[in-house]
Amino acid sequence: MANIFVKMGDLDRRIIFVLIALAVIIPMITNLVIPNIVGQEPSRDLYDFVDALPEGSNVLVSFDYDPSTLPELQPMAEAVVMHLFQKNLNIIGMALWPQGAALGQEAMSSLADSLGKVQYEDWVNLGYKSGGGVMIVRLGTSISAVFPTDRDNVPWDEIPMLNDIGSLRDISLVISLSAGDPGIIAWVMMAGDRYAVPIGGGCTAVSAPQLYTYLQTKQMVGLLGGLKGAADYETLVGIEAGPAVRGMSPQSVAHLAIMLFIIIGNVAYFSQKRKKGGAR
Amino acid sequence: MRLIIPLAITFTAGMIMILNFFIPHRPFNILGENLQDWYIIVASGAIFLGAVNLMHVHIRKIRLKLKNWKYSPITIAGFLVMIVTGLFYGVTEDMPFDYLFMNMVAPMGATMFSLLAFFVASAAFRAFRASNWRATLLLTSAFLVMLGQVPIGAMIWDKIPLAKVWLMSIPNTAGQRAVMIGAAMGVVATSLRMIFGIERSYLGGAD
Amino acid sequence: MNWGIIGIWLGALLTLCLYSFLYRDNPFYKFAEHLFVGMSAGYWVIYTIFNVLIPNWWDNMFPEDGGFNLVWIIPGIFAMFMLARMIPKIAGLSRMALGMIVGAGAGLNMLTFFQSNAMAQVKGTIFSVAQGSAWDIFSSLILVVGVVSGLVYFFFSKAHTGFTGRTANVGITILMVAFGASFGYTIMARLSLLIGRCDFLLNQWLPTIPRLLGIGG
Repeated sequence: MANIFVKMGDLDRRIIFVLIALAVIIPMITNLVIPNIVGQEPSRDLYDFVDALPEGSNVLVSFDYDPSTLPELQPMAEAVVMHLFQKNLNIIGMALWPQGAALGQEAMSSLADSLGKVQYEDWVNLGYKSGGGVMIVRLGTSISAVFPTDRDNVPWDEIPMLNDIGSLRDISLVISLSAGDPGIIAWVMMAGDRYAVPIGGGCTAVSAPQLYTYLQTKQMVGLLGGLKGAADYETLVGIEAGPAVRGMSPQSVAHLAIMLFIIIGNVAYFSQKRKKGGAR
Repeated sequence: MRLIIPLAITFTAGMIMILNFFIPHRPFNILGENLQDWYIIVASGAIFLGAVNLMHVHIRKIRLKLKNWKYSPITIAGFLVMIVTGLFYGVTEDMPFDYLFMNMVAPMGATMFSLLAFFVASAAFRAFRASNWRATLLLTSAFLVMLGQVPIGAMIWDKIPLAKVWLMSIPNTAGQRAVMIGAAMGVVATSLRMIFGIERSYLGGAD
Repeated sequence: MNWGIIGIWLGALLTLCLYSFLYRDNPFYKFAEHLFVGMSAGYWVIYTIFNVLIPNWWDNMFPEDGGFNLVWIIPGIFAMFMLARMIPKIAGLSRMALGMIVGAGAGLNMLTFFQSNAMAQVKGTIFSVAQGSAWDIFSSLILVVGVVSGLVYFFFSKAHTGFTGRTANVGITILMVAFGASFGYTIMARLSLLIGRCDFLLNQWLPTIPRLLGIGG
């Protein structure tokens, strides 16, 4: 028995690749459904904050990611945008990453059409600007100085919903959907702590652990961490079988598979160690 | 001597940002806002530098027939296709530029990073060893988080998600905060050194 | 011509080219990798021109109501200085642009990191000592002890012996728990990306095959 585990320690990694692929594909093909339950998580905190905003409030959504994190952040973007539209809140979209502007446009325009929201009255996509944190600081004094036009080159003055907006102080909430730097941390430091704007966020699971420090100090009002955060928000908003919720079943099976690999790897390691110790 | 002007610019830019933070009134607010407006434009110069450097590297590869030079025309062609479609048709939705981004760049970008899932599984199998009690603690913490994040954890035991929330809010926050405070002190020290011209490594390499 | 289906097939074929790397490095993978690098760079350049240079620089230098704002030449010149790095004879000019970027960034970061990542975190730790149930008080003590001992671990100006050493040991234990949590989240992140691609291949690409072959609905 011990010999089997020792041999498993030298398994070709391509077999591991195949097993991981099967762990993801089989639940998808068999439509395995494991219901997602939302506990008292930071995702619920963000939902509650947005839910409490008065109708007509201005929310800045910053799409600070690129296609490499699409599977985690695009479902988040769609769930957040849907919630904002459902609550009749004004969405001002922008991006700190060039590719985020197009991905944000995809989320906002597709949902706006289905929910009867009108561009330039209910939502606008200001597009991308370089400069990261320095640019955010400038938004604190004048948003139109940074974005004289929107993404489609329509001048600021010709966009009705922006008439009463001067700077970040006129924004009720900033939500940053962030894959790295510049992202949530820049928004917390440059906008939240400097101009007292409430900051909420969605991030990849890699970044989530360090952002819990901002939740405890109330520098952030809520956080969607990874695919679980996206699934929680989809559940709370009422999106049935959204991409994130559907993804939690293969995620569950794959997590169990990885845990099994780690256990087998350790058993193989200790078996090998004992064998070498016995041989001496 | 050749470093005096760049160091003076560094000092001036740094001091404007600092003074603007503490004295948000004339003239520091105007100086600060102008610097921030100019920063956005100068930062975009770095993007052009990256693109020019990329083309330079691949053209050189083709000229000198270096390793994998036969693939360099593909990089140059991809770059030029995006430039031409963007300049001639614009960047709005339903234009060829946007079509190429959504159907080629986006899938390739997503796939590149999804390869890591396989390598992280292989690395976890080969390298993650509970060789001492601290490594075992790390492993236990990782297992608790992995189970608590997925619905199957709640099916195994309904307290697992609660335990995960506690672990993230208390011990994880404590550890991450210690790292964060330490790193912040490092940033403050390094920034001061840069502003006062003691740290000059960012100026090196361009003679 | 159904551009939607062509787009899906383009995405799927490039995805499979990249996944072929899992077997071994091969020309299909190299082709897709090089194409991705070139197209991404082109995307960044175009977006920078249309979203940054034209509205924030050109339109400010030549405003709509006519005239010419001379002062806006300065950031344009600095941006050109960045490119001077490619020409060895004038590469030194790039130092001025770098000086501006680094100086402004350092001045801003120094204050914001201190305010948000140091002072606010210290305040949060001090004020976290909870009142309420025994469990809440216990948790808040773990938080305070964890932060302090973690900081002691990173303090290398004193040897980690005696009381300092014991405190640092407590710190590294807390850090191990934090790193374990980070590892768990990292596993989730990587698997999520794989799930997204599999979802695309299974639910968007594969269903186009019967349609193209004229099978089914």
